[in-house]
Amino acid sequence: MSVVLAVTAGALVAAGTYLLLQRLLTRIVIGLGLIAHGANLVLLGSGGPPAAPPVIDGSGAPISDPLPQALVLTAIVITFGVTAFLLALAYRSYLLTSSDGVEDDVEDRRIAGFAGGGST
Amino acid sequence: MKVRPSLLVETGARTMVPTLLVVSAFLLVVGHDSPGGGFVGGLLAGGALLVVFLSGGRAAVTSMLPVPAGAILGAGIMTAVATAIGGLVFGRALLDAGKLEIDAGWFGSWSVGSALLFDVGVFLVVVGLVSTVLLQLGDPEEREE
Amino acid sequence: MTTVVSLLVAVPLVAVGLALVLPSLALRRAVSMAASLASLVLSVIVLVSVDGGDAISVAVGGWTAPIGIQLVADRFAGLMLAVSSTALFGVLAYAVGQRDTDDAFPAFHATYHALAAGVALAFLTGDLFTLFVAFEIMLTASYVLITHRSEAAQVRSTMTYVVVGLVASGLFLIGIGLAYAATGTVNLIEMADRLGDVDSGTRAGIGWLFFMVFGIKAAIFPLFFWLPDSYPTAVTPVTAIFAGLLTKVGVYAIVRTQTLLFPSDGPSTFILIIAGLTMVIGVLGAIAQGDIKRILSFHIISQIGYMIMGLGFFTVAGLAAAIVFIVHQVIVKTVMFLVGGLVETSSGTGRLRDVSGVLHRYPVIAVLFLPAALSLAGLPPFSGFVGKLALVQAGFSAGQWIVVGVSLFASILTLFSMTKIWAGAFWGSPTTNLTRRPGRAMVAATGGLVAVSLFIAFAGQPLLEVATRAAQDLLTGGAVTIGGS
Repeated sequence: MSVVLAVTAGALVAAGTYLLLQRLLTRIVIGLGLIAHGANLVLLGSGGPPAAPPVIDGSGAPISDPLPQALVLTAIVITFGVTAFLLALAYRSYLLTSSDGVEDDVEDRRIAGFAGGGST
Repeated sequence: MKVRPSLLVETGARTMVPTLLVVSAFLLVVGHDSPGGGFVGGLLAGGALLVVFLSGGRAAVTSMLPVPAGAILGAGIMTAVATAIGGLVFGRALLDAGKLEIDAGWFGSWSVGSALLFDVGVFLVVVGLVSTVLLQLGDPEEREE
Repeated sequence: MTTVVSLLVAVPLVAVGLALVLPSLALRRAVSMAASLASLVLSVIVLVSVDGGDAISVAVGGWTAPIGIQLVADRFAGLMLAVSSTALFGVLAYAVGQRDTDDAFPAFHATYHALAAGVALAFLTGDLFTLFVAFEIMLTASYVLITHRSEAAQVRSTMTYVVVGLVASGLFLIGIGLAYAATGTVNLIEMADRLGDVDSGTRAGIGWLFFMVFGIKAAIFPLFFWLPDSYPTAVTPVTAIFAGLLTKVGVYAIVRTQTLLFPSDGPSTFILIIAGLTMVIGVLGAIAQGDIKRILSFHIISQIGYMIMGLGFFTVAGLAAAIVFIVHQVIVKTVMFLVGGLVETSSGTGRLRDVSGVLHRYPVIAVLFLPAALSLAGLPPFSGFVGKLALVQAGFSAGQWIVVGVSLFASILTLFSMTKIWAGAFWGSPTTNLTRRPGRAMVAATGGLVAVSLFIAFAGQPLLEVATRAAQDLLTGGAVTIGGS
């Protein structure tokens, strides 16, 4: 895998992770998209160095590995569908709660209720 | 209340939609040997639906689709799976492809692969999906009334 | 026989298409039930066939592996398919009996069969990327099922479920990329051959990455946090099938990849520690809860620990015990949630504080609950006993006393927690909210699955023998060759 690809994939996943830890759903969705892009780059990089298009034309030139490209294509389609679903869900969450934020865990709220006792 | 789209969009849609649909059908048919295929063709047809949606809203999309969007999706899945099972019926493997050579004399000869039928399934799935998304998510204010 | 294996994936997909096209609910129900029954029959045929002879390998599209995609049915996959299609059929019958599940959600049957197709493909696939696709089909269907009725109170929990699932999918993709870069193949059998030549550090890194990815799906110890919040928010049939199947598909993937790709010579201390912690923390979480479905959700986690423990021994006996335990759990866990749903249907609530005396009002629910609960705790003569006894024996012969002790301790706590449900919801004087008699079809569907779980206990010995043969296949690299049949 070339260094440029590796660094880019790492940067994408890092940025995605940062966005994933935010409170706003829209940022989480974008973060997931970035992580998926990073993963796709890793897949693409796993195919070895770039070469001629994978078409056997009798010239005998080295061709690039077609499998990772097919895998990336499949992964992109899947990610596309799921991201659309997630956006719809985020929108619905916004309609229901009229905020874009993510609340605390059910269990956390319960425990906070025990501990707070009305003080906070 | 419903806002009437601009005249430009309405007039543009009249020429764009048929063109887009023809090109999407073209991409679907040539897809086996050239760039194109069911997914790309389906997305383009979905784009045509989007233009219809922009110019005429939900009602225009609904009236353009012959059957409910979910049924298009289901028909697409069934076409694709039927093609896959077709291999089994002819004693070959799941998803195995066959080819039909048609010689039509003056009109030239074609070879039609069963992959085309599979692509038709994919095409229908994508169109069904795009129209479902348009009808469910597009223009929510209108839906709530 | 290759046709039958192909149909196992194709039949649910045909059902998806038909369920979307058919206009009337009655037709959709009929097609849906018929397809589910057909899958059940086909999977039993496959199980009998692979147990009697060799594993079946299907070259999809006529392209033999390693070029094409390979579907492989061996004994382990056959067992999992048979038990999962039993659970899918039982829960579908319950959902149809409950009426309002598919009434309020027109695409229920289509989504349900998409889930079934994903599960079948995950069990059958012979390459890593198709496993990813299978997981995505299954998970996307599960996202739709879990969110379709969520209101303001639950939308956050279901969102957690979706986001965690997507993060795991992203990591899975990265893992596939790394594994492909290291070996140049995604076919599991070929990858197992080539991983032997890979540098041991790289191999361990890829191995633990996959363990973590599938661990998120299976809800093992540090990665389970998403489960108890999200599962109880769905409608009963959906929660039941998630509880019975989805985490077990994760466990299946862990077992498959760890035994085939990253085999270990002796017991793996790391996996055993994870297993022990999963058991104890899960059951402690269950004890702290006051709602039937939440209690049961924590028990899912606890029971996953037992399966991972069987894997951690890395012996034939341990793996066989784990397989028997998975088979038992798929059915019993599903039954427990269905019974919890019956209590909720009859009283309108699942909070132990608000309901009691079900035993006196609707004794049939109690009759269904008792064998399932005792089975979950592992008491003889129920099905959980067979699995736990085999696990304990395997642990003793592997010399792993500590983790066996921990598992017995967790079993006692499980029994305690079941007692809590029994004493809270079933004993006492009937509360006034017990007004709705659960429908006959729902009770019959639950009863059918209870009967299956009793049958598992009854057929414990033959089941253990099949599982032992399956475990031998897994540990010796299996009877399947690349592209062979």
